Amino acid sequence: MKKICGLPIPHFKNTAGNRPEAIPTPPEVTLNMKEIAGDPARLAVSPGDSVAVGQVVGVANGARSSPVHASISGVVKSISEIDPNTGKEAVSVTITSDGKQSIFSGITPPKVKALEQFLVAVQDSGVIGLGGGGYPTSHKLTLKASVKLDYILINGAECEPYITTDTRTMLDNAQDVVDGALLMQQYLDPGKILICIENNKPEAIKKLQGLTMALPGISVRVLPANYPQGERKILVYNVTGRIVPEGRRLPDVGCVVINCTTVAVFAQYIKTGMPLVSRCVTVDGSAVNTPKNVIAPIGTPIGAIFDFCGGLKEDCKKILMGGAMMGKAVPNLAMPTLKITGALIALSEKDARPVEPTACIKCGRCVSKCPMGLMPSFIEDAFEMKNIELLKKYKAGMCAECSSCAYLCPSKRPLAQVMSLAKEMIWKEGRK
Amino acid sequence: MNKLMVSFSPHIHEKITSGRIMLDVVIALIPAFIASVVIFGARAALVTAVCVASCVFLEWLYQRLMKKPITVRDWSAVITGMLLAFNLPVEIPLWQAVIGCVVAIIGVKQLFGGLGKNFANPAITARVVMFVAFSTTMTKWVPIPADAVSSATPLMVMHGSDGVLPEIWDMFIGMRGGCLGETSVIALLIGGIYLLVRRVVKWHTPVAFILTVFILALFDNWNPLYHLFGGGLILGAFFMATDYATTPQTNTGRIIFGIGCGLFTMMIRLYGNFPEGVSFAILLMNMVVPYINKLAAKRALGGARV
Repeated sequence: MKKICGLPIPHFKNTAGNRPEAIPTPPEVTLNMKEIAGDPARLAVSPGDSVAVGQVVGVANGARSSPVHASISGVVKSISEIDPNTGKEAVSVTITSDGKQSIFSGITPPKVKALEQFLVAVQDSGVIGLGGGGYPTSHKLTLKASVKLDYILINGAECEPYITTDTRTMLDNAQDVVDGALLMQQYLDPGKILICIENNKPEAIKKLQGLTMALPGISVRVLPANYPQGERKILVYNVTGRIVPEGRRLPDVGCVVINCTTVAVFAQYIKTGMPLVSRCVTVDGSAVNTPKNVIAPIGTPIGAIFDFCGGLKEDCKKILMGGAMMGKAVPNLAMPTLKITGALIALSEKDARPVEPTACIKCGRCVSKCPMGLMPSFIEDAFEMKNIELLKKYKAGMCAECSSCAYLCPSKRPLAQVMSLAKEMIWKEGRK
Repeated sequence: MNKLMVSFSPHIHEKITSGRIMLDVVIALIPAFIASVVIFGARAALVTAVCVASCVFLEWLYQRLMKKPITVRDWSAVITGMLLAFNLPVEIPLWQAVIGCVVAIIGVKQLFGGLGKNFANPAITARVVMFVAFSTTMTKWVPIPADAVSSATPLMVMHGSDGVLPEIWDMFIGMRGGCLGETSVIALLIGGIYLLVRRVVKWHTPVAFILTVFILALFDNWNPLYHLFGGGLILGAFFMATDYATTPQTNTGRIIFGIGCGLFTMMIRLYGNFPEGVSFAILLMNMVVPYINKLAAKRALGGARV
């Protein structure tokens, strides 16, 4: 089987050796009822209510939803109808800190004896796809009776530049990752559990190999460090050789891909009862004074996190939430972090210099390197003609939005943006 | 702090630019340029200089008059100029060369939308137009070396003209009659290898093209190496059949394109009226590139064929 050989992009894993440090409690946090995927949680507090760390402020609204927990103790200051990160309509709640960080009294480890209880516990932990997907994990793990689960792939590829939070999880919370794997093995009964790690993280590989050595059915799979190795369909293909057909989901081919930090979080919750209230964030980039890994409450304004890292340099021009390939540039420092925020990257003027697109020379670099086997240059032509039939024919809807095409393009065409808009165009057409 | 900039992902890019790719092609053409001056004398440099200057000037003029962004700094007009010059006999009247440049830059490139939008190779189309329009001067060769018995190119001799075929080694280094940039196989190969090493072109088209010609040449009476080194094959296979805009974008497509070029070249050489067919073959294959792209489209991972 021919593996999908991605791009040798720079790794910039400068913070891989930095143990995460907890930041001081921020004066204020903002929590979103909805992150990028799944149904929004239902608000369970009103302004003026006192909340403690781990208390539910948003109740899961159905199976495709995940609860939201207070990440600091204090008072609910305000409720907003607008998502501060996207500007779209979505409920968010702002909590002012009382500085005590008192833990919510109702926190007790859940009783997990059967699959249903396990899935309820995963949902109650508030965990969503922490690698960036943001899909509620409990729903991902709720499989139809017809699914024969052969593989659970625990994704520790971390192929994005800069980010080292999964690396740190696998080093600092390796036991949690293994415990989570054991829980999934017990309740989901997969054929195999493979912890997939790129070969640029030798310490994490060694550590997890040691911990899983004696465990039947759980092992470490070492992968070449290529982008986008951690993309779920690519990972499934490169590890198992299975291809997810268009319009189908991973369980249809007997696979589940789950981020390693996600696994560690629900394993911790089942041990301690403490839901997802804080996470490790990599702070790096040419405009950060002291790059480091930090542990920050969910919803911390990113400015507070940069302050903890020695502040930003004078020439900071661009700030990213997420990695350099797929992350989103944010307009100001008041943005709160999300559960899915694994990195904050500040780029100096030199690194943030906008690229000038020139005419497509049809060199075919994007075509030859698209990991999903798409033809971005043709899709761009079809998009400019607004030819939805052609876009469908070229399978633009299958784009994984990994940005490889735009990274490679010698003419610096905004291909990733075009692919994203083309997907939206197809999606809107389908709703008509 | 500065105002923050917001842009779509990705936030890092590979260093390579289109301009740099074009510059690489120019660099790859330099060995052949030097060889042409050594073999044909200073007039080779003059013809090349006139073609390059006219192409760059015409591109600038057109974009200026049409109020389009000026893109002459991307080196693409320089390549067109060099390739056109390389496809001309050294004694070509300069005004005819300039007309060739007008055809290439205005007629083929800019009128179809400029860089990347043209469907036929500008230099080749210009050469074919000149071949029809100035058939006398376009086929007037100088004897190489100067004391050679005839000025016929090796392919013309193989096609029945009077003359003696040069030694294989002489053809390899370029001591034979022909267009000014096509004769020195060694210089062209150095440039071709440079392009392959720099990953500017992929091996698929040149290998498929040259191999097809070689295999078909085995059925001819002459030593197949004469077919490989005697005409414009090496120049065409490495520098013209690999032009991005006018060739397929998938590897399978590139192989099909190369085989097609080889077939047409040999059909013209063996059965046609003309001794040489590389330009016509590439031009013909340019026309069917959209169909090759369709035929050789990539298959999406888990998706049915386009």
